[in-house]
Amino acid sequence: MDFTFDNNIPIYIQLLEYLKIYLISGVFKCGEKLPSVRDFANTFKVNPNTMQKALAELESMNLIYTERTNGKYVTKDEKLIEKLKDEYAITLAKSYFQGMKRIGLGKADSIKYLEGINE
Amino acid sequence: MSNMELLEIKNLNKKYDKKYVLKDVDLKITSGKIIGLLGKNGAGKTTLIKLINDLLTPTSGEIFVKGNNIGVESKKVISYLPERTYLNKQMKVSEVIDYFKDFYENFDDNKAKKLLKDLDLDINQNLSKMSKGMQEKVQLVLVMSRKADLYILDEPLGGVDPATRDYILDTILSNFNENASVIISTHLISDIERILDEVIFIDKGKIVLQSDTDELRTKENASIDEIFRRMFKC
Repeated sequence: MDFTFDNNIPIYIQLLEYLKIYLISGVFKCGEKLPSVRDFANTFKVNPNTMQKALAELESMNLIYTERTNGKYVTKDEKLIEKLKDEYAITLAKSYFQGMKRIGLGKADSIKYLEGINE
Repeated sequence: MSNMELLEIKNLNKKYDKKYVLKDVDLKITSGKIIGLLGKNGAGKTTLIKLINDLLTPTSGEIFVKGNNIGVESKKVISYLPERTYLNKQMKVSEVIDYFKDFYENFDDNKAKKLLKDLDLDINQNLSKMSKGMQEKVQLVLVMSRKADLYILDEPLGGVDPATRDYILDTILSNFNENASVIISTHLISDIERILDEVIFIDKGKIVLQSDTDELRTKENASIDEIFRRMFKC
């Protein structure tokens, strides 16, 4: 997979978004060991320092943790991941309603449109 | 050597006749960074790089590499990719590899051969038979195959197609290690900015800005390319 980055937004923030989606969608599961900074950097084709910064940010949110000599792991706390998913879903939903509002459609109408979409 | 600067430049000036091409340059660079030296054509990038590589003599000021003045020792730890090739184009790639191996103690010929193979380059081919992009890849491989503390790449992306640019950036990234730093001079900012830790803006012979890349993006809410354009609007 090729990852694209928007040069207008700090790269570590964009990496953080990719990583959050990995956690939410279960690409990396609770308690699972993560690839090394180096491997992650190679996958995303970014500077290892930038990768490190994104992972440090994730760690400060307690979503991952470091085992001193063994590397980094996904949190064992499933509730944290659930919460992350919930927050992410709310953000997506809000952005949908905002878009609909811009073209003059209220919440009730917007939901009707959603129901009309066949996946 | 924990807090010793990898490269330190103090009050450096370079003048041709009465015209300053570099004026009062102060600069500090630490290990483990990829740094973009960004400026328009004629801003002083190549002059600064040549001074660091002892190819020009400063009018005044000092340059230290790992605490020592520029000289034999600094040349051992700096791996330099010049803007223009100095290789004899009648040579085969394998001959150039042997030449580098003789010339530089810290040249890893096995690494060079592996990288060339990864890039699908034939070491039995004459340089003169290769396209410009291929020749640039060969040069970069040679420079990145030295185990140096400081890599200085002068316009490594000039004159190559976007696909080759990506190759070159990937090669720089995958060979970068935390004990070394890489300085890349370019005016092709948008192509390269995603891999940079730090940027240095140079204009009319002066350093006008040195900053962490993501901090600058956050502060200015724009890409490095955009910030550069705003600052140096013609």
